Amino acid sequence: MNHSVYNEDHRLFRQSFRDFLSQEIQPHIDKYEAQGKVPRSVYERFGEMGYLGLGYAEAYGGMDLDIWYNVIMAEEMNRLNSGGFAAAIGAHSGLALAHINGAGNKNQKEKYLRQGIKGQLIGCLAISEPDGGSDVQALRTTAIQDSDHYIINGSKTFITNGVNSDFIVAAVKTKPLAKSHGISMIIIDRDTPGVTATHLNKLGWRASDTGEISFQDVRVPISQLLGIEGQGFLYIMQHFVTERLAMAVNGYALSEYALEVTLQYMSERKAFGRSINKFQVLRHRIAQMAAEIEMNKSFVYSLYRRYQEGAYLVKEASMAKLLATQLSDKVTTQCLQMFGGYGFMEDYPLARMYRDTRIGQIGGGTSEILCEIISKIMIDGANYNTTK
Amino acid sequence: MNAYYFTEDHELFRESLRAFLQKEVVPYIDQWEEERRTPREIWKKMGDMGFLGLSYPQAYGGSDLDFFYDVVFNEEICKVGSGGFCITQQVVQYMSGPYILKFASEFLKQKYLPGIISGELISSIAITEPGAGSDAQNIQTKAIKNGDHYIVNGAKTFITNGVYGDFIVTVVKTDPSAGAAGVSLLVIEQAMEGVSTRKLKKLGWHASDTAEINFDNVKVPVENLIGEEGRGFYYLMQGLQLERLCAVPGAVSAMEHAIAQSLQYMSERHAFGRPINKFQVLRHRIAQLASEVECLKAFSYQCCKMYGDQIYDVKLCSMAKLLATELTEKVATQCLQFYGGYGFMEDYPMARMYRDVRVGTIGGGSSEIMREIIAKIVIDDVNYNAETTSTSIVDRSKHTPPSEQPSSDNLIEQVNSKALGAQPIGNTLKFDFGNEQIYIDGTGSTNVVSGENKAADCVINISQQDLVNLMSGSLNPMGAVMSGKIKIDGDMSVAMKLQNLFT
Repeated sequence: MNHSVYNEDHRLFRQSFRDFLSQEIQPHIDKYEAQGKVPRSVYERFGEMGYLGLGYAEAYGGMDLDIWYNVIMAEEMNRLNSGGFAAAIGAHSGLALAHINGAGNKNQKEKYLRQGIKGQLIGCLAISEPDGGSDVQALRTTAIQDSDHYIINGSKTFITNGVNSDFIVAAVKTKPLAKSHGISMIIIDRDTPGVTATHLNKLGWRASDTGEISFQDVRVPISQLLGIEGQGFLYIMQHFVTERLAMAVNGYALSEYALEVTLQYMSERKAFGRSINKFQVLRHRIAQMAAEIEMNKSFVYSLYRRYQEGAYLVKEASMAKLLATQLSDKVTTQCLQMFGGYGFMEDYPLARMYRDTRIGQIGGGTSEILCEIISKIMIDGANYNTTK
Repeated sequence: MNAYYFTEDHELFRESLRAFLQKEVVPYIDQWEEERRTPREIWKKMGDMGFLGLSYPQAYGGSDLDFFYDVVFNEEICKVGSGGFCITQQVVQYMSGPYILKFASEFLKQKYLPGIISGELISSIAITEPGAGSDAQNIQTKAIKNGDHYIVNGAKTFITNGVYGDFIVTVVKTDPSAGAAGVSLLVIEQAMEGVSTRKLKKLGWHASDTAEINFDNVKVPVENLIGEEGRGFYYLMQGLQLERLCAVPGAVSAMEHAIAQSLQYMSERHAFGRPINKFQVLRHRIAQLASEVECLKAFSYQCCKMYGDQIYDVKLCSMAKLLATELTEKVATQCLQFYGGYGFMEDYPMARMYRDVRVGTIGGGSSEIMREIIAKIVIDDVNYNAETTSTSIVDRSKHTPPSEQPSSDNLIEQVNSKALGAQPIGNTLKFDFGNEQIYIDGTGSTNVVSGENKAADCVINISQQDLVNLMSGSLNPMGAVMSGKIKIDGDMSVAMKLQNLFT
């Protein structure tokens, strides 16, 4: 199609990444899902192939490619049908490394970004706490300066890669009494004394490890502070746009793949003497879903185009994530129905999709929080613009 | 988003159109709704201002502008809050006029286009009959040739502008025994003897007139035939895409307007001691609606951009029409709710919107028909896309830079690179350019390509440029066959493999 946002290089990348996944990852996905984690060797392999640093600077081992490569990577990962696998990779390269790339100094980038892009150090991003999820300003983990160290106390939960990662990019209160401007970001090495983590059991995303992390009098050198003290909330808000757009990609891409496998199944499955794709009520359901997916994708692409131009997109990225994750919940439910009893069986792809999609409307800002943000911007004239 | 699609000139045009509508239309809308018609003087005024015929050629009085001027036009007229007002002119500019522009003789173009562009003539499109709506192949209105006239008998219904209009682009059967191949388009003037109309009462769209039209032995000169006999169904398939697409940007803008009006009302209306825009459940409903409208808008602009660039995608147009009209109903229903009892009153804007949107999922192909089309494309791989170059509302051929005539050596190389990557076709196939040819022998383990002139199972007559377009994907093989751009001799099944060869 002439109006594709992709050029020939993008298409070649998609093909080679798809081949890579089907040869090296797909055969092992069921195993990762059963083990509840992605082995370290996979990160290293991703690193060797350059997939962890697509958009990062060449100076730190990245590929310095445009944003569409990340979109393609996210789209293709959905074809593995393992939201957990995609989350494990994404939490490292798209969240933890993104914060270091954004606010880190040269030394921090040399260590964490360079090693992270190679897949030799694995990171996680820790914001949510047992008592505070979407209400970021109210977080309670403290980092109190004690000469050239911070002493960190508190806990974080629902952290993807929270158990197996090597370093934690954590949101902490350096000024416990202040609200948003008391928040800072800090890098904590896993092997620092006082850091412990427990593995959480989840409904879906089973190939990723999700942890609750405790910090008890953890002493971290002040050189581990990311960016400027008190600017953490701003950094988090900036990255939310990127994260929400990425989750919107997951929403339509998972839906697209669900529809693809469902159409295949419906062409093979017969009932009452004909393929079930001949039944009008099912056909119209497919048509409706296909239309909504196409529209959603068009919306997300339009936002990435503006993102590339540096537009302020807090409202639109929230809208996109809201709609795309609602869509994938609806599509996976309806596609599972097309499979009948087989939809309920683990031998068929929809059972896992149905589990995995459910986190979409919760993580990275719940649908309710997104509606709060959108209505504040639209009704109260709130401005979250953090660019100077 | 706007900067990507609209230039400063578009926005200047928008400003002047908006000012005009505020002054000349908005104050009178209630009256026109009451009178159940929009007076034709307003179209003459708009014609004088240059607001009509935006993308029609200058030769007929048009402005020869790009399709996003039409998008602006539709966005602005749909904000005046009267679906009946909008549809009256949309039918002229986008639903009936284009058949004359794209397919009719120079005689008919000269006769009718200047009038609809100056606003002096009002046209309608008559497809639906009392016994056939979406199933256009089965229409019953007959046009039987008798010397230099057709004799037309039959009836049409739900025809916008059918009472007060001047001429009707009428879908007739010139060969009643044939199905789709018997369908033709005929221009019938309202004043011709034997044409009678009855004005229909409607749920909404009150500012437009809607007719049932009877044709009783109407004598229509043969020169009023649009294009060729028997090609009507094919013309319709093209024209309906524009009809469906042009409903979309207007719907988006009407929804944005409804949300903005609701937000204004919600900021003023108090309940339980605070403005109702402070109630969380209403705020979230606004957020959800606004998100859905924003999402649709991105899709709408993408489709319009493609249309403007003459990429004509049946699937996307059908999807956009389906989604836009369904969302409009939801937005109208929920916005009315924000107004409480006032929403039910004619003094507030939502009552009319609620009435007017209801026809959206019915007219121009019902939602059910849209889903049939989409299902056929995504499930059965049916391809409705006609060839891409003659589908714009405007003939843009003069805008496309003259492409270099490709040399046949270079072409053989290109075909070779495509054919090598594809499955062997199992037969022999020849592209015949008249004086040169490309021969593909696919009977072995790979497709062997040469410039030899040998007998083949299937011969495809095509120009070199069209073959280049075919390979680049800008010309759809099925569409090219349908439209007669390429002709096939011999085994058709070999030609069917073209798609595999070039995609």
